[in-house]
Amino acid sequence: MPNTAPAFASIRRLPNLFDIAAGICIFGVLIYVAGVARGTMAPLDAPEATAIALDPLNLPGYAVRTTLRMFAALLCSLLFTFTYATWAAKSRRAGLILVPVLDILQSVPILGFLSFTVVFFMGLFPGRVLGAELAAIFAIFTSQAWNMAFSLYQSLKTVPSDLDEASRSYRLTAWQRFWRLEVPFAMPGLVWNTMMSMSGGWFFVVASEAVSVGDATWKLPGIGSYVALALEHRDIGAVLWAIFAMLVVILAYDQLLFRPLVAWSAKFRFEMTASEEAEDPWVLKLLRRTRLLRAASGAVGRVFDAFGGLRLSFGAGAQRTTARAASRAGDAAFLAVLAVGLALALWQIVSYASASLAWSDLFEAMRLGLLTLVRVVVLMTLATLVWVPVGVWLGLRPKWGRRAQPVAQFLAAFPANLFFPIFVVLIVRFGGSPDIWLTPLMILGTQWYILFNVIAGASAFPGDLQEAARNFRVGGWLWWRRVILPGVFPYYVTGAITASGGSWNAAIVAEVASWGNTRLVAHGLGAYIAQATAEGATAKVVLGVAVMSAFVVAFNRLLWRPLYGFASRRLTL
Amino acid sequence: MDQTLAAEDLLQVRGVRQSYHKDSTAALVVLDNVDVSLRSGEIVGLLGRSGSGKSTLLRIIAGLLAPTSGQVLWRGEALHGPAAGVAMVFQSFALFPWLTVQENVELGLEALGVPRADREERAEAAIDLIGLGGYESAYPKELSGGMRQRVGLARALVVHPDLLLMDEPFSALDVLTAETLRTDLIDLWSEGKLPVKSLLMVTHNIEEAVLMCDRILVFSSNPGRVASELRVPFPHPRNRHDPAFRQMVDDIYALMTRRAPTPRTAAPTLPTMAMQLHPVSTNLLAGLVETVAAPPYRGRADLPALAGSLQLELDDLLPMGEALQLLGLGVLEEGDLRLLDRGRLFVEADTDARKQIFGEALRASVPLVAQIRRVLDERPNHRAAAVRFRDELEDFMSPDYAEETLSTAINWGRYAELYSYDEEADQFFLDEEE
Repeated sequence: MPNTAPAFASIRRLPNLFDIAAGICIFGVLIYVAGVARGTMAPLDAPEATAIALDPLNLPGYAVRTTLRMFAALLCSLLFTFTYATWAAKSRRAGLILVPVLDILQSVPILGFLSFTVVFFMGLFPGRVLGAELAAIFAIFTSQAWNMAFSLYQSLKTVPSDLDEASRSYRLTAWQRFWRLEVPFAMPGLVWNTMMSMSGGWFFVVASEAVSVGDATWKLPGIGSYVALALEHRDIGAVLWAIFAMLVVILAYDQLLFRPLVAWSAKFRFEMTASEEAEDPWVLKLLRRTRLLRAASGAVGRVFDAFGGLRLSFGAGAQRTTARAASRAGDAAFLAVLAVGLALALWQIVSYASASLAWSDLFEAMRLGLLTLVRVVVLMTLATLVWVPVGVWLGLRPKWGRRAQPVAQFLAAFPANLFFPIFVVLIVRFGGSPDIWLTPLMILGTQWYILFNVIAGASAFPGDLQEAARNFRVGGWLWWRRVILPGVFPYYVTGAITASGGSWNAAIVAEVASWGNTRLVAHGLGAYIAQATAEGATAKVVLGVAVMSAFVVAFNRLLWRPLYGFASRRLTL
Repeated sequence: MDQTLAAEDLLQVRGVRQSYHKDSTAALVVLDNVDVSLRSGEIVGLLGRSGSGKSTLLRIIAGLLAPTSGQVLWRGEALHGPAAGVAMVFQSFALFPWLTVQENVELGLEALGVPRADREERAEAAIDLIGLGGYESAYPKELSGGMRQRVGLARALVVHPDLLLMDEPFSALDVLTAETLRTDLIDLWSEGKLPVKSLLMVTHNIEEAVLMCDRILVFSSNPGRVASELRVPFPHPRNRHDPAFRQMVDDIYALMTRRAPTPRTAAPTLPTMAMQLHPVSTNLLAGLVETVAAPPYRGRADLPALAGSLQLELDDLLPMGEALQLLGLGVLEEGDLRLLDRGRLFVEADTDARKQIFGEALRASVPLVAQIRRVLDERPNHRAAAVRFRDELEDFMSPDYAEETLSTAINWGRYAELYSYDEEADQFFLDEEE
């Protein structure tokens, strides 16, 4: 076989144009990040640290600050995911308590806790911007981490047994098994959930940049605080500029990160058959074309490879041990510790609640919770009636579906709270009742989850079933009832769970709105929590958040879970 | 129904042509000038290889697809969309997973607006007829493949169609289940218990066609045409081991291998790249050559016998034979596969020598492979994007076939170590180490 040219290696290492372009981008970002990091150590009362100006020229800078917070939170979420989920999956005992905890955490409306976390982090770094920054990052983290951890946990629990046995029989250590088998297997799900988390995170980053607890107000430079300031100044132009800046940021994030990552993670999909492949996104192509970057990422990959290949062992042998007696004693000890912990926590709650709350507070919160529940139910119904037919129509027309899908995903990622001021201005202008007209804000950002899931469902509807329906000339309402609605239902439920959970969370910011000195307040649990926060009434905030969590958990357990179970039992082949 | 009645004309397909347009360049023809007519009281089979357009024709007749040109007359009237009186059974069953057996069967009646009581009665009758009594409330996922296809049959029969269309109805089933279902269906047909007037089935299984059909239309590929029409003179039930039956199967094999394109002589007239390659694994090719070289075949194998002993269908075996013919390892003639000298050399060689022989044959007779290698040799970095070859192929064939052809070229070239392929970057390259 003829040999290849010897100059091959040296030619390949020469940087090309793409390398220069990529290099400029990387260094620009690095320098900016360094500048921002220095800023966080500034004292909080220094004028340049927290001053926000409405000049649109400042927006690019604010947008970068907002984005950086987002990625800092993402990093924390990934660390959390890899530790918490692994622990829950690997230790049977830990899993007993960690998994339900995660499940509840997923349902807690974290916006309500913003005030506590701000106070906590400000206490850690008194008088420094870093405290407020950390509080904001923590808020975003809490919106991202849970479903990522759940995704990894579920993947770890469902690693195909043949691969697991193969890795054991080749005597891979637990560490090697984790990086060689379990993480790659979990990758597609994790990447997808990370993306969903990021989409949700924009909402929280915007909400967490301007926080006031009692008399104290913190504003961190960013798009969210820019909008908050615009509201105080009744400057609708500035709001529009902020929306535009956010559009650019999300578009960039979608193109530069989302698409390449999803395309990249496809190679970990556990299917032996080659599936239909979409074309590589342009960023991935660019990365593959740059010689230096490819070499650099190759080097990083090798380091990571060596890291995962370390023969670390944590005592766990290749054989699954079943030492019953020792395990039983351990179980008893574990349960005892757990029981003590529970008792302590319960005592804490009871003593706190009895000191600062009356039964009437609870009934008030429940009553308001029911009001918000009615809102969520009405909105979900309306959104379903509108978006299911639209999604089916789009999904069954591949040409349209392919175009609409990214748009819907994009809209889901867009922080809807940026649009609130526009609605508020309209309500103030036309004097509508806040109880009714503030309500649509709750679903403004979350309805798109229904749309894009239904589009996905309709476009995945099997061609042979469509042909069968046409062959038997099934049409009209019969077609909806017997053919397409059951077909898209599993997808609809997936979207609706996300949408309804998001709506509860959005209630905290959607039921109270202000425009300059005008305040609009709707009756509901969200407004209750928001007002308690503004008054600094900690006990009421805790109560409100707890009641809302209870509502969300009940809603999930009594409605969505059974529906989801039904969908996967009955509606799939 | 009474088959002694004077047969009536049900369906006429006249000059149907179906083509696939690729961005204003030359149209790719799937079906060309197809004439078919169907009368009541007969079972007609459309027999051909995959890609011969027979399933496309079935969908045109079902009204699911409009032909590019030509006419389909159903009971003397032009067909627009799915007609009443035509029901279809799908290869993949196409049962609605969220409906029970009973509801699936009732679906067609519901669409007709049949009242509930009537609907239930007829559905139960159809379910009983097809031997699924007792399974009314089961969901499709609880049933085995054979039972699912029975539901598919019951769903089609319950509307009492004049014409029952079947798209490779048994090909997704295992051998034993398929045979039971075939005989059950033929028994019902001969006893006049099937509420249909005529039956049109698509198949690529020659024995199945001879076993079931009264008339067989043999399709040729590229473009799909009715190459010949055969009457099957045997009465039902038919015996597969009857010498006359065997002879007919042999004849059809010969007919189909004779019609198979012989690229070695045709190659010079074709544009270099335009040869469609069927995805056949090199492992299978090597296995086939070894099998034919060994006893009892000793270099010459009767295709039906070979297909039987290897548990392969015509659709699997013919592309393999053609690949051997293309590479000059063997030749297809009159229903036989005969090894050539190069094939014998291949059998005796060790792994490296086999790769050598295979590689030489590839470069000599597959222009696409030769061109990929040439481009790689010319490039200083010995890399070439696969997309350029794919684009060139798509000038001559549909994207699906282009993809199939390219992936075959990738696999064969890899086996022969002519070049490597980087799936992630979608590039061909030459290995540095070599």
